[in-house]
Amino acid sequence: MSLDAAIVGPGNIGTDLMYKILDRSENIDLQRMVGIFPVEESEGLQAAVEQGIDVGTEGIDSIEEHADEFDIVFEATSAGIHEQHAPVYEDLGLFAIDLTPAAIGPYTVPVVNLDDVIGETQNINMVTCGGQATIPLVHAVNRVSNVEYAEMISHIASKSAGPGTRGNIDKFTQTTAAGLEEVGGADDGKAIITLNPAEPPIMMRNTVYTMVDENTDVDEVRDSVSRIEADVQTYVPGYEVTLEPTVKDQDDVAFDLGDSIILTTMIEVEGEGQHLPPYAGNLDIMTSAALGAAERIAQQPVDASPIGGVSDD
Amino acid sequence: MTDSVRLVDMTLRDGMHAVDHQFTPEEMADVAGALNAAEMDVVEVSHGDGMGGSSINYGFSAASTEEYLDAVTPELTDTELSVLMLPGIGTIEEIDMAIDHGADICRIATHVTEADVSEEHFEYVKDQGLEANGLLMLSHMAEPETVLEQAQLMESYGADAVYVMDSAGALLPSDVRDRVSLLADELSIDVGFHAHNNLGLAIGNSLAALDSGAVTIDGCLRGLGAGSGNAQMEVLVGTLEKAGYDVNPDFFGTMDAAEDVLVPMISDDEMPELDNDSLLLGYAGVYSSFLRHTRRAGEKYDIDPREILIELGEMEVVGGQEDLITDVASRLASEKDAEAAEAASDD
Repeated sequence: MSLDAAIVGPGNIGTDLMYKILDRSENIDLQRMVGIFPVEESEGLQAAVEQGIDVGTEGIDSIEEHADEFDIVFEATSAGIHEQHAPVYEDLGLFAIDLTPAAIGPYTVPVVNLDDVIGETQNINMVTCGGQATIPLVHAVNRVSNVEYAEMISHIASKSAGPGTRGNIDKFTQTTAAGLEEVGGADDGKAIITLNPAEPPIMMRNTVYTMVDENTDVDEVRDSVSRIEADVQTYVPGYEVTLEPTVKDQDDVAFDLGDSIILTTMIEVEGEGQHLPPYAGNLDIMTSAALGAAERIAQQPVDASPIGGVSDD
Repeated sequence: MTDSVRLVDMTLRDGMHAVDHQFTPEEMADVAGALNAAEMDVVEVSHGDGMGGSSINYGFSAASTEEYLDAVTPELTDTELSVLMLPGIGTIEEIDMAIDHGADICRIATHVTEADVSEEHFEYVKDQGLEANGLLMLSHMAEPETVLEQAQLMESYGADAVYVMDSAGALLPSDVRDRVSLLADELSIDVGFHAHNNLGLAIGNSLAALDSGAVTIDGCLRGLGAGSGNAQMEVLVGTLEKAGYDVNPDFFGTMDAAEDVLVPMISDDEMPELDNDSLLLGYAGVYSSFLRHTRRAGEKYDIDPREILIELGEMEVVGGQEDLITDVASRLASEKDAEAAEAASDD
């Protein structure tokens, strides 16, 4: 079935998501873009008007007023605002895809656990950009050999890190580390982020280290990573493994590895460039993952769908 | 009136890079005890990359920050204890733990253009009543005006002092003067300087900084530290006394801490020197702690570490991006293989 959607929060993320839905969505019909400022003061709402999308300027009130138009709401505001909106969506029977760090619903990575969580909740959280980029890889290793410890380093262009990220960078590392464990399956997780101001801006790149037993079949891990890369590419076209899992053993490190080895995998995410420049793969992967999640929900058989009894076909 | 200088000994922090973060808590206690006896102003303790730095990317340390702090605090009866944290690597949780384990000062470091990631951390440290210092890393990568703007951000977040960090040991004395004098003129808080000796300028640059208005200087016993090491602490003490500055640590005591306590702990392979690879750090402007990681990658991929460092310099990598060393080394190795294959097919 196809799903009717609203975007709440017409900032960079919301606007990029709008263009992605209009560009390439198969089952999502964008009905309304909602902000809190008058159209003339909001570039995102203006862009929506230009695309022929209805807009609302009263925030959550606009959603309540038009609630019967939607099945699904994309929250692209902030953690604090989503905390206020979430109970309203729930009362209205709207399924919420939360792109903020609020994480009221479970951490969700479409290719890893979406099918597991959507039967249980009406609110899913998209973790972080770094989480969307790296959790699939940890999962790919973990399904071959238990990941004792996973560590990710996200490098993003300074220009693509907005004030929200900069003002609360601990949230990024803590949420991502939790996602590596809860969704990726690592026994322990750690996340690191660096901002690089080089010009021209660097592409978003990530390194994932996984510590596994020394007898792990590395070829099987490489095969698993290659399969998950293809799966992620179905909703994040610019996702690419640039270094396939490569072994570091005791000779390569200065600390004691015990009976473990480290597999290093690197990826780059090039944005599609609808609204944001291609280097901002960190923003792109969030909107792509949110849309990917919505598409997957739309493809659920009706009896398994979390969208309660709303069908417009 | 003589100018008074505050000296911060980082043997147990920046010095951790030289030993791949493998000091034991007992070794740290011994060094801290000797520095306390020598009346050092401040001793800094943590993983080389700050609290939270213990990781695959930067190397796991031999013990946890908690264990290190618990080992040194009983020794530091007069000397103040500083800890380091880099937003993006460590978090407020680590700051909180350090406060519980005796830290007096928290130094918060960001890349020279990214100070605005540190606001939440400064606010937290100040709320807890600690001294907060801001460190602007890789200061050679920004013009003096930019360094000032970023320093002013840290001042606005509550920093008690801001340091110009020459993390790559790439600044010339004139560059140090330009940056430090601008900050000293425009800020109402103290200005510090942190040298690496990759161009052989650590002591000279520290003197240039003091002459330009800095009042606090970083160093390590025997010049331990990332790359070719930091400004050598016992040399700083002697030189600054000779230059007429008022310094607190005892000259002989500092020398004894270096020669009798630290040196027996350090192997020849670990003791930093200004060799070809570390010279390249200063020349190419690469973060000093990349040195030992680059050597390991060079060995694994059979590439001259200098080639890797030049490439990293051209990529304008910043602190924390140690994983890109493997990326560059493996790329250079495959390029080399491709060239060799081409040469073979030409025969």
